Amino acid sequence: MKKEEIPQDLGALGKITGEVCYVVDESGKYTTVLSNGWEVKSSALDVAWKDVEQRIAAAAEKVKNREASPILFFMELRVMDIGIVAAYTGFWKWQVKKHLKYPVFEKLSDAKLTRYAALFEVSLEELKTMKVHEG
Amino acid sequence: MKVDFQHTQAAHCENGVTTSLLRHHGVNQITEPLAFGIGSGLFFIYIPFMKINNGPAIAFRTQPGLIFNRTCKALGIPVERKKFSSPEQAEKILLQCLAEGRPVGCQVGVYYLTYFPKEYRFHFNAHNIIVFGKEEDQYLISDPVMEMATSLSSYELQRVRFAKGAFAPRGQLYYPKEKREVTTEQMKKAIRSGIKRNIRDMLHIPGPIAGINGIRFTAKRISKWRDKLGPKKAGSYLAQLVRMQEEIGTGGGGFRFIYAAFLQEAYAYHPLEELVDISKQFTQAGDIWRSAAVQAAGIYKGRIGSQADFDQMRDYLFAAAEVEKNAFQALSKIKWPA
Repeated sequence: MKKEEIPQDLGALGKITGEVCYVVDESGKYTTVLSNGWEVKSSALDVAWKDVEQRIAAAAEKVKNREASPILFFMELRVMDIGIVAAYTGFWKWQVKKHLKYPVFEKLSDAKLTRYAALFEVSLEELKTMKVHEG
Repeated sequence: MKVDFQHTQAAHCENGVTTSLLRHHGVNQITEPLAFGIGSGLFFIYIPFMKINNGPAIAFRTQPGLIFNRTCKALGIPVERKKFSSPEQAEKILLQCLAEGRPVGCQVGVYYLTYFPKEYRFHFNAHNIIVFGKEEDQYLISDPVMEMATSLSSYELQRVRFAKGAFAPRGQLYYPKEKREVTTEQMKKAIRSGIKRNIRDMLHIPGPIAGINGIRFTAKRISKWRDKLGPKKAGSYLAQLVRMQEEIGTGGGGFRFIYAAFLQEAYAYHPLEELVDISKQFTQAGDIWRSAAVQAAGIYKGRIGSQADFDQMRDYLFAAAEVEKNAFQALSKIKWPA
């Protein structure tokens, strides 16, 4: 990549810091320049977040139909998967999988629910009702 | 408590931590490209049975932690690396190091990294930072991808050091054990062995999913993504490929430009004309990867998306594989002076 070709399409990171890119100068020598971003990769990041949003919406729909428990919704909301939820809460993966079922969730003790609520950074009430007030 | 330490920005976090810590320990010759090349950082792998954030697991560089270990070892610098089961112990040892005047490398997760923009905070646990002091409750942080040094409260630092999930850092910290001067002779030898190891990793690694073979394997897979996954998911997969290739840390073109810069710097130690030519080949490879990224963006933004467009994508990867194969073969033919 030539020095003059370096894109400067302001992205999410570019607002906080420039990124070091390796480029070739006029004499053919490598040097570094700071880039504020590249539209090609910021749109790739947008795609990733749109996928996340769709998974959150799909999870919310499932909970509404009682096909899944609110844990699925919050797991998607926090961009986690079963492995991550298990690692943070200290449950086994198979337990988390079970807790994703609505009838099982309904019977969970507050002690167990508190572990999930703490991870998802919501109150017990919010965990059960799925109403969250995000800043 | 503050260690006399100079924050320097780098393209990639592990290169940056390696470079800064080695400089702090008297290795004044080291630069990011040299650290990357001596550590044989250039790689490619696509693990088809694994998913990362619901997308394909693709990497353009070697496994986390190897660049630091290999580069220090090649330069004859002993390394200390520790993991912890308790956060209290992890903080105690960190404070001890700072009190001894050591800046310390820490592996952290980015999801709870407060100074990162929200858009970048996925559950990715192989980020690297340097802690170089503590003032009241704030730890002084040198994050190589940032222009300026920053800070984290003790709670925030503990949280990222004990992030959970894949590659959980478990409080891991590491540092060179002592200050040592490195001779030009050592540098020359380290560069040569770094190149040789990289030739092995890219040309001779067994199996179809890694090295040059891995790029070809991925190319063939991509041309099937449209039918197999449907246009939308295929687009998301391509977006993930582009992020692995271009996002913070690669210096552009999936680390190919950093490697080209490394070969130019290697020339200063080994004045062999081949190195200059081969450097240009890696620049060309990086440029092909960038063109592939533009093509991929056309697809995931929905501007294009026919099977011919996916085949074009495949052909870009074939072309990059060909250029890189020739470049590494040329490197393997170099006659190194004894």
